[in-house]
Amino acid sequence: MNIVDMLLTHAPALTIAIPLLGAFLTPLISRVSEKGRNIFAIITVGITALFVFLMASEVLSNGPMTYVFGSTAATVQQSTVIRILFEVDALSIFMAIIGIILSFVAVVYSYAFMEKNTGLDKYYTLLLLMTTGMLGMMLTGDMFNFFVFLEITSIASAALVAFWTNKAKAVEAGFKYIVISTIGALFVLFAIALLYGQYDALNMAKIAQSLGISGFTFIDKIALVLLIAALAMKGGLAPMHMWLPDAYGRAPASISLLLVGATQASLYGLFRIVFTVYGDVISLPSISIGWILVLLGLITMLIGVIMAIIQTDFKRLIGYGAVAELGYMALAVGTGLTIVANADPNITLETAPFAMKAITGGLFHVINDALDIGLLFLVAGAVYYATKETSLNKLGGLARNMKYTTIFFIIGLLAVSGLPPFNGFASKLLIYESTYQLNPILSIVAILSSILLLAIFVKVLHSVFLGPALPKYETVREVPKSMLLAMAVIAGIIIVFGLFPQVIVTNLVEPAANALVNNSGYLQWLTGGF
Amino acid sequence: MIEMMLETFETGTGYWHPLVWLVAFVIIFLIVYIIRGFGEKKYKKGTGQTQAFLSGNKEYDKQLMHVQSSNLYWGWTEALKWIIDVLKKMHTGNVSDYVLWFVVVLGVLLLFVGLM
Repeated sequence: MNIVDMLLTHAPALTIAIPLLGAFLTPLISRVSEKGRNIFAIITVGITALFVFLMASEVLSNGPMTYVFGSTAATVQQSTVIRILFEVDALSIFMAIIGIILSFVAVVYSYAFMEKNTGLDKYYTLLLLMTTGMLGMMLTGDMFNFFVFLEITSIASAALVAFWTNKAKAVEAGFKYIVISTIGALFVLFAIALLYGQYDALNMAKIAQSLGISGFTFIDKIALVLLIAALAMKGGLAPMHMWLPDAYGRAPASISLLLVGATQASLYGLFRIVFTVYGDVISLPSISIGWILVLLGLITMLIGVIMAIIQTDFKRLIGYGAVAELGYMALAVGTGLTIVANADPNITLETAPFAMKAITGGLFHVINDALDIGLLFLVAGAVYYATKETSLNKLGGLARNMKYTTIFFIIGLLAVSGLPPFNGFASKLLIYESTYQLNPILSIVAILSSILLLAIFVKVLHSVFLGPALPKYETVREVPKSMLLAMAVIAGIIIVFGLFPQVIVTNLVEPAANALVNNSGYLQWLTGGF
Repeated sequence: MIEMMLETFETGTGYWHPLVWLVAFVIIFLIVYIIRGFGEKKYKKGTGQTQAFLSGNKEYDKQLMHVQSSNLYWGWTEALKWIIDVLKKMHTGNVSDYVLWFVVVLGVLLLFVGLM
């Protein structure tokens, strides 16, 4: 076995181990050199990114990877042994790519953005822990392990949201975030305990298999509801979204970017539970879970855009925009699930191919939203860095002094509003067309929300960047190069995804959508591996 | 790879080709630019031609002329006041209320799924 093969074999474990080890080494390096610590954090995330992309090439070309922590045998003398499985399929790796891109950009951006702050050893430690938790949630195939990584992500995120402890609102937002996260995680744990009590298993595939045999008991239903509600709240779906603008709005911009990934990791968990764990029995309920997701998606979109339009704080406004964007994902995946989980044998993926397009659109929008909203948060951070102001009423005329930041904002604005030729258009087009097939009203609401998103961000463009030069911002200069580089990386990916959507969809999104829908493949591949 | 990059993006019931759109955009831009060339050439920057005329009133200070964010979409927010007020009431900023919404959703979902 050569070195590359060996690294590839252990890549799932190394993807978690490297940022985790990096997190604990950061305070130590910080004692030696502060600049060295910043570079160390960038290198740590960079190496983790290499492993993620290495795994991606393996998974997308040769199929899913499994990594076993603990006993190689599932049972010893007929008793269950302690072991955790990482199960990396096309969906997991798709999410991990999003997470690691956001993490890398966040750490590069932080280099200059956080430069003048104290306590940065803690900041980088928490940032790396957050990355670890997020990637863990995306790669694990074990329910309890998922809960552990959810907790790691939540605790690190809450501390980072409240990082600017000199600002009361930041501390308040951090407090709210930890309350919501703890309650969410508690209900996830409760659901896991119910399933464990029923099936004596924590492995997702094993539980899915057992669920298929036992049918859909009342306890299973309760566990499903607890998981959906808790993960939907952590995923920012309305009306449980209210923590999101608080947290996104008060965290440092680099952390807001990473929070987008953490939120999506929870949504990933929701999709994984519904499609993979409950995939075989979800068609039994007479009221489709798909319709519940569709409804939550619609409410999320509408509340997000209406609340965004009246905001006067730059980051809070983007926070509500992010809420609306999450609605699109729930709407699209819910549309797909409505068909996948339909009890009517005449309605299947074959007879309703738009369902697969809806799921593809929803997943494509996951990555697009991460990039678009992420870029807007970085721009908001750049504006704050230059002016120390986030109130839209007090800003204006910055395009004269911050040309590159303005260009990045315009790219983000057009992308998030779903205007051609940017990436948001491609995924939203898939969502509009597929949801129209289920019910035209869904598509109309989605289009209306996009129009409102455009209006919202045009308002920001006018308020922050256009208008006469304001005397108090005469001395404002463009932000440092590392921050511009971070924004340029995301803007570049947005443009590439927008111009060549077919490449991304064929190579990355469709395999992820297939992995999500075909849970039999997920279970089959694990046969004998429990 | 290049072939794949040039492929049309199929959406199930429609098609989308960003590169064709881009070419069309450039052509339209050039046409507009050429038409612009036929425009008025007597325009003089920095003269009275470029000054704002506010019914003969003196122009305010530049800073005051900037329309603030809260004044934008006034008509829209006024027309939707009924729903905006409801949503504002919902968003209390109190974390206990956030949890309450979670309990409400949990209860509704339990009812739906439990009754199946």
